[in-house]
Order: sequence, then C-alpha cells, then structure tokens
Amino acid sequence: MKFIVSLLLTALLAFVAGLFTQLPWWVFAISSFVVAALLHQSAGKSFLSGFLGLFLLWIVLAFIKDAANEHILSTKVALILPLGGSYMMLILVTGIIGGLVSGLAALTGSYVKK
Amino acid sequence: MKIVPLLVSALLTWGAVHLFNTQLAVGGSKTPRLGYFLSPQHGFWQNAEASDANYNDNISLEGLEGKVEVYIDDRLVPHIYADVDNDAYYVQGYLHAKFRLWQMEFQTHVAAGRLSEIVGKERIGTDKFFRRLGMVYGAERTKAFVEKNNPEMQSAIDAYAKGVNAYIAKLKPEQIPFEYKLLDYKPEAWTSLKTYLFQMFMSYDLTGRGAVTDLQMSNARNYFSYKDFDLLFTDVQDSLDPIIPKGTVYATPAIKPIAPADVQTAYLGDTTGNSSVLAPFVPNKSNGSNNWVVGGSKTKSGRPILANDPHLGLNLPSLWYEVQISTPTHRTYGASFPGSPAVIIGFNDSIAWGVTNAGRDVLDYYDMKFKDTTLNEYWFKGQWVKAEKRIETIKVKDSATIQENIALTVFGPTMYDHNYKNSGSGGKNLALRWTAHDGGSGLLAFYKLNHAKNYDDYLEAISHWNSTGQNFAFASKTGDIALKQQANFVARWFRQGDFILPGQDSSYAWQGFIPTEENPMIKNPTRGFVSSANQKVTDQTYPYYLGAASNFPVYRGIIINRKLSALTNATPQDIQKLQMDNYNVFAEMARPILLKYIDQAALTTDEKKYINMLSSWNLVSDINEKGATVFNHIWDSLETTIWSDEFAKSTTNLGWPDEVTLLESLQRDSLYSFADNINTPNKKETIADAVMEAIKKATAVLAKADKDGKLAWGAFKDTRVSHLLKINPLSSLHLPIGGGKHIINATTETHGPSWRMIVHMTDDIEAYGVYPGGQNGNPGSKYYDMFMNHWATGKYYPILFLHLKDAPSNKRIKWFMSFTKA
Repeated sequence: MKFIVSLLLTALLAFVAGLFTQLPWWVFAISSFVVAALLHQSAGKSFLSGFLGLFLLWIVLAFIKDAANEHILSTKVALILPLGGSYMMLILVTGIIGGLVSGLAALTGSYVKK
Repeated sequence: MKIVPLLVSALLTWGAVHLFNTQLAVGGSKTPRLGYFLSPQHGFWQNAEASDANYNDNISLEGLEGKVEVYIDDRLVPHIYADVDNDAYYVQGYLHAKFRLWQMEFQTHVAAGRLSEIVGKERIGTDKFFRRLGMVYGAERTKAFVEKNNPEMQSAIDAYAKGVNAYIAKLKPEQIPFEYKLLDYKPEAWTSLKTYLFQMFMSYDLTGRGAVTDLQMSNARNYFSYKDFDLLFTDVQDSLDPIIPKGTVYATPAIKPIAPADVQTAYLGDTTGNSSVLAPFVPNKSNGSNNWVVGGSKTKSGRPILANDPHLGLNLPSLWYEVQISTPTHRTYGASFPGSPAVIIGFNDSIAWGVTNAGRDVLDYYDMKFKDTTLNEYWFKGQWVKAEKRIETIKVKDSATIQENIALTVFGPTMYDHNYKNSGSGGKNLALRWTAHDGGSGLLAFYKLNHAKNYDDYLEAISHWNSTGQNFAFASKTGDIALKQQANFVARWFRQGDFILPGQDSSYAWQGFIPTEENPMIKNPTRGFVSSANQKVTDQTYPYYLGAASNFPVYRGIIINRKLSALTNATPQDIQKLQMDNYNVFAEMARPILLKYIDQAALTTDEKKYINMLSSWNLVSDINEKGATVFNHIWDSLETTIWSDEFAKSTTNLGWPDEVTLLESLQRDSLYSFADNINTPNKKETIADAVMEAIKKATAVLAKADKDGKLAWGAFKDTRVSHLLKINPLSSLHLPIGGGKHIINATTETHGPSWRMIVHMTDDIEAYGVYPGGQNGNPGSKYYDMFMNHWATGKYYPILFLHLKDAPSNKRIKWFMSFTKA
C-alpha cells in the first residue's frame, strides 16, 4: 500500500512541479526525494516506487502527445538520437531517463531517517 | 541516518542529473541535454503538434493601432485583413514568428556571423568570413539610409519587429521551437536590423560568388597568361538569346567608362595573383531563376499570364512563406520572407510581378598597400592615408571571444589581410567594393510593388531597387507586360573587376553607376512575351560591360524563348507544364558533337550499350530516362579529359571554363588545341581522342550505377530538400523529380525552383503556387513538408485570393484569429 501511495505521490508531485516550466526539468528529483524521506520504505522499494512513478508519468505524457501527433516528430527524433526510428523505443528511453533520476533521488531520500 | 549510503546515493543522483543535463559530445557533434530534451513537459514532446491542431485564437496585443482579422486556409496560409498597413505588417511579424521563429533567427545569425555563439568553435571560420565580408556593416548602413530617407518603409519594418517580439514575449519556455531545444539555446528579441541582415544574406546568396570567382579568375589569368585566359573564359557566347531581343537599339550612354592607360601591364598582364580562399559556402552557381509573361495576344483568355520560379538552395523550413495582406490601400498575395515584412514575389488586385537574378558583377577586390601590420595607414594617391577601424566581436560558445580588426579603406572594408589569409595569399591586403555595402532603400521596391496599381507604379517602385541586380517581370490586368533589369550597376570598361584591381590610386575605381533609365528593359513587345533566365541581358551592342560571361547561363533562356515563341492560346495549365518542362536543350546541341567524334568500331560491348542509350534518348530529363544519366556522365568526363591536364598543375583552385565555352569551341573548331593532353608530349590528342577517352571513363561509372539500380535520371540525381542544419531525419530525401542544369525545371540535387507561381490576370485573378516545404516550420507539424509531393510531381495549388466579405464563408478557410489592441 505504502509502495502504491509513494509511487502515485511521486508521479503527482512531479507532474505538478513540471507545470512550472520555467523551473529546470529535474525539479522532480526534489519531490521524489521528499516523498521517499517522508513515506519510509526499504531502499529497494524506495528506488522502485521512485523509478516507476516517473517512468509511468513520462511514458503516459509522451504517449498522449505522440498519439495526437501521429508519431510525426517521435519518428524523426528516434532517427536523430539514434533509436532506429522507433517511437516505442523513444518513449521507453524517455521513461527510463525520468525514472532513473527519480529512483536515485528516492533512494537518497530513503536513507534520511530520524 | 545511514551516512555513507546517503552520500553515495546523493552523489549518484547528482551524477545522473548532471549527465542528463549536459550536452554530450558524440562523434563530432553534441547531443541535446537528454533529460531536458526528453522531458514531456519541457522538451521536444511539447513540439509534437496534434494533427488536428486548432489555430483559432483571440489575441490582445500592445502596439496595434486597430483590429486585425486573420483567416487561415486549409494549407495554413493566413489571409490578413487590417485597417492600417502597419497593423498588417505587425501581424505578419507575429505569424512569421509563430510558424518560423527558429529559421528567421538562424538565418540572420548566419548573416551576422554569430553561428559560433550557438554551436561553438567549429563555426568560427564561417563567422569570420561573414564578418570580414562586411555583412553587419552593410546591414547597419542600409538601416541608417532607410531611417533617414524612407520613414514609411522604416515604420513598416518597425511594426513588423514589434509583431515578432509580441509573439516571443508570449512564448512559454516549453513552447520554443524544436531546434532551440536540440541545440540548447533560446530565442532573443527581434530587431529591425535583423530584417536588413536577412537582406544581406540574400545579397550574398545572389551576388557573393564574386567574392570567390574574382580570386579564381585572377589566378587563372596569371596561370594561363591573358591570351589563353581570354580563350578559356571568353566573353563570347554564340548561342546567346538575350533577355532584351537582339537588334534592340540602345541610347548613347551617359557614362563612358575609360580603362586606365596601364591596363595591359598593370592589370591584364599582372602576375601577382592571390590564391583563391575557401569560403564557408560559395553561393550556388545556379542561383538563378526563370520568369516570363505571356501577353494577351498569346493566351486563350486574352489576358496576360505571369510565371516565376526562383532557383535557390532548397531547404526546410522553406525560405518562403505564403501570405495574403489586405488593407484599405492594397490587397496583395504572394511569397514572403520570414524575417521581412510585405510580399516579395506575388500579385495584387491590379498587377503581378516576379524576379530573377541579373547576375551582373557588383563586387570587386582592390589590392591595397598598408604601411605596416597595424593596418593604420594605407598608400593612396601618393601618400599614406589613415584607415578607420571596425572591430567585429565574435562570441564563441564554451570558448574565448574573438575580435576581428578590419581596416576600412576608400574602397571598402579590407577583407583579407595578414591576419586573415589562406595558404599562398602571402598576406595580400584585399579591400572589398560591393554595392551591398552602399546602404540603399532596402525593401522599399517590394513594399511599393505590393501597393502598385499599374505600369507607372511598377516602374517607380523598382527604381528604388539598388542593391543586387534583379530582372523584374510585370503584368497588369489592363494587358501591359514588361521586364526590366534593375539595380545600381557599375559602368564598367571591358574586364573591369573580373580580376583583383590595383588599389593604390583611383584609376581603377568605379567611374559611376549606369542611370536607371539606361538599364535594359522591354515593354509590350510585338513577339507577345517577355522572359528572363539569368542569361546576359543584352547582346554586345549595349554600351556597358556586363561582367564576366561565366555569370550568365545561356541555355534555359534559349529553350524558354523557343517554347514561348511557339505558344498560342495559352492557359495557366500550359504554363504549369512549361515550368515543369524537362527538355535538355544543352544536350540537344552537345550530343551531335559527341556522336560525331565516336569511332563506333573501337567501342567495347559495354560502351556500345551506353552509346545506344545516348543516341536513342529523347533529350528529356524525366526521372525514368537513362539516356539523361549517360549524357551527363559522358559530358562530365569529356570536361575532365579536356581540362584536368591543363588545370591540375595549378596549385590553386581555378574553376573550369563554362560548359557553353567548351561546347561552342568544339562546334566552332575541329582542331581545338585544349583537346591535347599536355601530359603526353609525344602524342597530339584530337577531339576524337578526348571523346573516346571520356566514353571509356564514363562507362566504368555508368556500369556501377547500372548495377546499383541508379541509372535512371531521378535515382541518379537523387534530389533532396535538407533541413537548414543538414539533419537527414528532418529533411525530405529521394524526391521523384526530373530536370536539372540548363533545363527549365532547373532542379538539381539540392537546388531548384524554390517557389513556383503562375498568375493569370483575369478580373478576379486566377493564381497557382507551390513550394517545396510547408507553412509550419515545426518538424513536429504535419504542415512542415505538406507541399513536398505536389512540388516534386509538378502539381499546383489553386491560390485563394479572398475579399474580406467572402472569407468567413469560404469552404477552404479553416481557422480564424483576431488581434485586438490591448
């Protein structure tokens, strides 16, 4: 339960922080850290809920944009990066990068214990 | 608290953020900051425009005088209706920025020598070149001139700049165009100077070849001696069909330019050459264009039809942006430049106009002597004269700022000196004299054409065009057709400015500009049409020297005039077909020469196969024609065979003679001496030997192309329209389009008709247009390359030219934007 709550809270706070686009893209690292520090779990679970929170958030957000765009831009970017022109791969990489930063921030938060 | 794991994981987190927040160097280029770029709320995903995007908007802005309504059609062309002219330009600026912001800033950064500021030290060379060429200098001078002399034009440019900035001010961080995110920088405020910088960019593209060719020609003259040079780079073009028909009588010239007394020894025979310096990019030799107007006597409707297709480098986002501008003073439609107000090529309720490049020489170098390396004083008319200095500061991303110290002479800025030279120049000081530096009325001619009602207005409007030479074609609803070549043209003596000129006194200086009334023109000719295709404007009876003949391609003009002469009862559809015509008149003249010298008995089986393809070819360079590829290879090989032996021994890049010179020499002279291979002293090769050698060389290449399935002309030529950053996934590749050099459809690999327009001067104006690109510059929009297929396959869009009252109910109008004063 705590795992699910952590995950959802991580995603929610990251989404809200991301609305303030004048802030840097990695601002969610702070919210993910705070969530993990307040809702204490084991290191592994903290990492995983932090990772999945952002991984899922970014994948969903990217997917929504991509579907409306009919993959026009993602296909081009997936050739530039290069990911063989696969928009699926690009969405996956997007999720992994967000997830990794968030997971590590949450891991750090899990070690903050009174 | 577990201190050690805490610190380790904190460090890892910091490391991950840092890694994804840094541009990583990969194989010579840099990645975007991946975390930023991929963040769905900040990065490129925000530029993925929904395919059913809604462009309706209600915008309230400061700086507008009244209300502006914009109806946007199904091709994303805005139809702007404003109560005041300047409000229309304000909104044009806003819309250019909305759809083309990155491109318009990037192009002006190129012109201003500011690329290293955004990409880093690898572009310092480009920046130095443009700074030293005086691009910013020229833009500043033009701006000052317009501010002083043409307040109406200046206020239009200012209103336009306000519109651009109004859009930039509204832009949220995540909405900046895709390329800013890719290269990791941000848009800056727009200024009116940038509009002038863009004009300098076009001036360079259209007349800047001289910055390279004058050096090459000087080297060639030194290398060959003037006598041979004059054969290889002759002024004579037997097959020329000039823009103004042969036999036209010209008035007595107002200026009679006189060559200096020492021209033979000090100029034509001079042997102190300068090595050609590599420019970052040399404007394409085929930067040209076609325009023509067919008069009512030759059309089905009895009304004129005007056609124009400017040939330029083909890029995405396109150089052009279609727009309709309607105010109480005028209703105009056409192609505009993102970066400039008004329409550049288009039509209004009463008239239509189109432009091609005149190709006249408006750029020269003067060889200067400085007292010492401080460049503070130069020798002029027997004394040391103080040189003013211009400091150009080049900022470089992640590296130290560079300063270029440029000495200004009586002729112009010293482009080359001991600090800026190439191998072999020996530190020669070359001052640049270029009309683009002179200031001048800038866009005023186009601004006035937008408003012109008749022939007299047209003539008055273009009299303000004094920068780079253009051929302005004209048609009116009342039946007038005309064409005039216009700019401030230098009154030159023969060969003046073809080479570096001595600069130690004024004897080699320009002696004046040709009065505009003496610029060649033609109105309502009995032959029923006017046309231009960058060929020489007149025959040799025109009393002024036009500049080196290599600036003037011959063959497109011949075929256009031949086709127009034969045309009767023309419709816009006939004119569409003509713009897409792929007949190769150069091949028509060159093939008989090739075939004449072939020794059939000496051909191998493979060679025979290709020669059969050549002789059975219909001379049309359509995409499926193999004969076109065969002809091209054999001709290229023949050029190599004939020239490479003479030219290879030069240590500098000379540039080969023109195709017309070689072809006409072979037509004229069966014992052409350059056919001999000078590397075989014991043997005297003939033209026949050269042709057989060329066939042998070409066959090897053709066999390979054949094997790779690339013998068909379209596959071999492989036309593409590249993104301005040369990124393939953002480009359109392998386009199925024929044509090529010397052909009316002048599409080569990366170059060609950048906007095809046809205007039939009927009561309501019937017009067609297409360009290789799309209205939206965002690679994430479906409108980005929307017109590409139509363009490649020769289809046209019927242009919507609407009155305000009809706009809301028109079926092709999809969106509505209203702009009100805040």
